[in-house]
Amino acid sequence: MSLPCRALLLALVAGLTSMACRRTPGEVRVGSKKFTESVVLGEIATQVVRDAGLRAEHRAQLGGTQVLWHALLAGEIDLYPEYTGTLREDIVKGAPVDASDESLRDWLARRGVVMTASLGFEDSYALGMRQDAAARFNVARLSDLRDHPALRLGFSEEFLHRGDGWPALRKRYQLPQTDVRQLDHDLAYRALAAGDIDATDLYTTDAEIPQDHLVVLADDRGFFPGYRAVLLYRSDLRERSPSAVAALALLEGRVTLDDMRRLNARVKMERVTERVVAADFLSATLHLAGSAAPEGRARRVSRHVVEHLALVLASLTAAIVVAIPLGIAAARRRRLGAVILAVAGVVQTIPTLALLVFMIPLLGIGTAPAVAALFLYSVLPIVRNTMSGLAGIPHSLLESADVLGLSPGARLWQVELPLASPAILAGIQTSAVINVGTATLGALIGAGGLGQPILTGIRLDDLSLILEGAIPAALLALVVQALFARLGRVLIPRGLRLRRDA
Amino acid sequence: MPRPIDSPIIELRDVAKRYGGDEGLQPTTLSLGAGISVLLGPSGSGKSTLLRLVTGLARPTAGEVRLWGQALTTQSMGPLRRRLGYMIQEGGLFPHLTALANVTLAARFFGWAVPRISERVEELRALTHLPGDVMDRFPIELSGGQRQRVGLMRALMLGPELLLLDEPLGALDPMIRAELRTDLREIFRTLGQTVVLVTHDLAEAEFFADRVVLLRDGRVVQHGPLRDLVERPTDPFVTRFISAQSRPGAPA
Repeated sequence: MSLPCRALLLALVAGLTSMACRRTPGEVRVGSKKFTESVVLGEIATQVVRDAGLRAEHRAQLGGTQVLWHALLAGEIDLYPEYTGTLREDIVKGAPVDASDESLRDWLARRGVVMTASLGFEDSYALGMRQDAAARFNVARLSDLRDHPALRLGFSEEFLHRGDGWPALRKRYQLPQTDVRQLDHDLAYRALAAGDIDATDLYTTDAEIPQDHLVVLADDRGFFPGYRAVLLYRSDLRERSPSAVAALALLEGRVTLDDMRRLNARVKMERVTERVVAADFLSATLHLAGSAAPEGRARRVSRHVVEHLALVLASLTAAIVVAIPLGIAAARRRRLGAVILAVAGVVQTIPTLALLVFMIPLLGIGTAPAVAALFLYSVLPIVRNTMSGLAGIPHSLLESADVLGLSPGARLWQVELPLASPAILAGIQTSAVINVGTATLGALIGAGGLGQPILTGIRLDDLSLILEGAIPAALLALVVQALFARLGRVLIPRGLRLRRDA
Repeated sequence: MPRPIDSPIIELRDVAKRYGGDEGLQPTTLSLGAGISVLLGPSGSGKSTLLRLVTGLARPTAGEVRLWGQALTTQSMGPLRRRLGYMIQEGGLFPHLTALANVTLAARFFGWAVPRISERVEELRALTHLPGDVMDRFPIELSGGQRQRVGLMRALMLGPELLLLDEPLGALDPMIRAELRTDLREIFRTLGQTVVLVTHDLAEAEFFADRVVLLRDGRVVQHGPLRDLVERPTDPFVTRFISAQSRPGAPA
């Protein structure tokens, strides 16, 4: 995207989102990746900081490694939990960093990032199978997989594409399997349990390992690097909030592998919220008070509805402000109109997820990129309807206005826009309804909203949580629909409604 | 400003209009002065095109249109249009505005004071015989005849010196048509304006016209008082057109 484009987008979004993302100075912002362990660690870090008397906000399940890393560099967040192996393979990549922690710390320091000592456990990648399947195929080690080319594998997107993931693993062990599909990590467990796949990538701390009776295949060629859990934080946090850094240091070496498996299991199997799990852990190990005051369901839902509405209102308002003039321009000049419709049409075909991800390097994470993406989706229906509404006005009426001596501006405001108002309003309604649905995806990039419980529900395989997001979102769409029917009665001139009723 | 009686109000100098379709106008030179002129001819003869050229809604392919001695150009269009009123079939009313709002739209745009507007509306309502409650209705709620009268009020609102009407009685049923026809003639007489009226109906032309311009295939066939057309036709078409529409016993 060109610089002026980017500037325009930024300016547009900045104003509208300022109300939605209030940023309190002095607040420590903790991020986490979109899997349970990361969310639990993020929550633990958040509560430790809060316990030190500071304000802290946890922006949970923001995305994958790249999203979190860039959010950290951009200052969108101050810290997040990471693994040394992931750092080396995914972030440092080809840089000349040797195997020592010092070398890694130097590299990070040059980027303004500090790494804590290990939190106390290692969460390595591994491949796992159901016990019965492993016994049937007689597989215990990764090298045993070579003898079973027909095995069906399902891997998370990250494992499938990362440097130390499937491509390198397959090379090292010379694995012959071709039936490899991409699955969400949490869905992979369900697929494994259902027998849809035979093996998947897993983390050694996953709660499902004991729960689902899974076998972790031995890494007999020492392929997977060490994945010690650490916290990464911005080095400027030391100046801004030394007590936060001191609080985080309390966590070093305090979380064992068993602790972590247990914490994961409580969230995933017992359906206890990360907030409570983290608080219990902190009070048991560090004797901290924690801040587990659980949020009631009604309160949580209303918070998500408010966040959701903020996304919809900001993006829809921006879209109306931009799209109606574009639609007018398109109706005036056919060629320009064709270009505008083509561009808006192309934007509409970009998959939502892709558009959201495109926004991250431009606008970071959180509300701003989500509003920008929703804005782009909302433009086309409004432009198209404004254009067709204006084009559909009988020529004789425009001529009447001209002969009456109205200026082009007066003709537009007094005659054309009122006559096109039913079509324009219908376009806005379409945009609004699409917007309410699409905004649920905003949770993927940290914008919150009703997508948040859906996302968490998918991660935890918790239908009631999914419904907690899905039902209000559906109701909201119906409310928006009804609201526009009402609005039509106010905004569309009565003379036109009479005709429609007739 | 006083103006010599014989000075033409509308002048076409070698004006031609070519369209893709057939309703064009061959190069035409024509002068129309004060009084009521009727542009008469079968459909597709170019009479509506001629009227649209005078309003500036159609731009001539060649030649020049002059109003009150001034060439109609992009620059002069605005001021000249303020001196003319234009009404089409069905009145061309804006469906989203009440009758009153339709009538007063231009006056409000040109910044007339409210009392002046109300006064003028009352004046025109009396002239066009419209009951007061009609003014608050939307076009869809009006009868065809009422719509036409509202359209006329709108055309007359700013007090134009020249009134142009395109098939003003076109879409009405016979009873209302006769009634409105009588009223229209009365209004024309009261106002003493210059009127150009387009119709395909000989009886209408006869009813209104001081002079008739008979058109066929985009050409003026004959121009003059209707009596001249009957008594001294310049072309066999004139006689054919007149006799085809004359009813037995009619004075023409």
